[in-house]
Amino acid sequence: MALSKKTKEAFLGPLNLNNPVLVQILGICSALAVTVQLKPALVMGISVTIIVALSNVVVSLIRKSIPMRIRIIIQLVVVAALVTIVSEVLKAFAYDVAMQLSVYLGLIITNCILMGRLEAFAMTNNVKDSLMDGLGNGFGYAWILVVVAFVRELLGSGKLLGMQVIPDWCYEHGYSNCGMMLMPAMALILVGCIIWAHRSINDKEAK
Amino acid sequence: MEHAISLFVRSIFADNMIFAFFLGMCSYLAVSKDVKTAAGLGVAVIFVETITLPINYLLQVYVLSPLNLGYLSFILFIAVIAAIVQLVEMVVEKFSPSLYNSLGIFLPLIAVNCAIMGASLFMQQRVMLDPENVKAIANIGDAFAFAIGSGIGWFLAIVALAGIREKMEYNDVPKPLQGIGITFITVGLMALAFMCFSGLNI
Repeated sequence: MALSKKTKEAFLGPLNLNNPVLVQILGICSALAVTVQLKPALVMGISVTIIVALSNVVVSLIRKSIPMRIRIIIQLVVVAALVTIVSEVLKAFAYDVAMQLSVYLGLIITNCILMGRLEAFAMTNNVKDSLMDGLGNGFGYAWILVVVAFVRELLGSGKLLGMQVIPDWCYEHGYSNCGMMLMPAMALILVGCIIWAHRSINDKEAK
Repeated sequence: MEHAISLFVRSIFADNMIFAFFLGMCSYLAVSKDVKTAAGLGVAVIFVETITLPINYLLQVYVLSPLNLGYLSFILFIAVIAAIVQLVEMVVEKFSPSLYNSLGIFLPLIAVNCAIMGASLFMQQRVMLDPENVKAIANIGDAFAFAIGSGIGWFLAIVALAGIREKMEYNDVPKPLQGIGITFITVGLMALAFMCFSGLNI
C-alpha cells in the first residue's frame, strides 16, 4: 500500500521531531506516574496508543456533524467511552496491572495528548491520516514511557519486568539499589534530561 | 471534624496533587511563566474543584454504588466536570465580568485538567476505605475538605513554580536545556523538597 507523503508524515513526525511528550509537552501526568516499573509503563503505552488511534478515527468520522460549540463535550464522551472499555478489559485480563495503574487509567480521559490530537488533527483531517496520526502519537508517547521506566526499574530495584537482572555478586561487592529512582521526583528529572539530550541532538542535525 | 482537618492539611502538603501524583501537569508547565496568570489559573482550579468534587461524591454514594453502575463513573464524572465548567463560565460572565476577564481564558482549560478529574477518581477510591484510615472520605464534609485542600495544594505549587521561573530568567542555563527542560528538573527538585511533608499527621 503506497502511502501519501502527508500520511507518512502524520505517522513519523510524532515519533521524533514532533514527539508528544518531549516537544509538544502533552500527557506528562501519566508519563511520570506509571514509570516506576516497566510492565505498567508498557501496558499504559499500549492502552494510550489504542485509545488515541480509535478516538481519532471516531472523531474524524463524525467531524462534519459535530456542532462547534459543544465539540469538547462530544470529544470527551467519545474518549470516556473508549477508556471505559479499555479499563474493563484490563480489569478482566490483567487485574494486577490495572490496580497498579489505578486512577491513571481513568485519567487517560483527560490526557492532553488525546484532546490535543482530536482538536488539532482529527477535527480537520480524513480518517486514514487521523488513524496514522493517532498511532504515531501513541507510539511516540509509549517509547518515552518505556525509556523512563527502563532506567527507573533497572537502577531503582535492579529488575526488568519484575525479573532480577543485576546479579547477586554485585550486591555482595557493595552495589546497592538507588532508592531515589523510585521516588516521583526522579521521573521529572529523568524526563528533563531526555528533553535535554533530544534537543541537543536535533539542534545539531538542524545545523 | 478532626478527621476533616487532617484530610485538608494532608491533601495540601503530603498528598499534593502536583508533587505526589503529577496531576494537572500539562497546564501546570504551560501556564507557569509569570506569577499573575499562574495565580489566576490556581484560583480557577480551587473554585472548580470545590464545586465538582462534592457533586461527584454525592453521585458516587447515592447513585453509582447503590445501582452498581461503577463502570459508568468515568463518563459520568467527566460529563459533570465539563457541564459544571460550562455553567460556571456562564454564571461568572453574567454576574462578575471583572472576575470573568481574569479567569475567563482558563476556565475551558480546566475541563481537561487532570487535577480535577484525578481528585474525583481518588475520591471514588477513598470512599471505600475504612473510616479510621486517615485518607478515608466518609461524608460530604470530608469531600469538601479534600476538594479545597487539593485545590489549594495545586495553587501553591503553580505559584511557587512561576516565582522560581521568573527568577530563573536571569540564569545562564545550557542552551538545549532552556525552557521546558530546566522546568522539569526544577519541578523534580521541588517535589524532593515537598517529600519532607510525607509523614505529616495531625
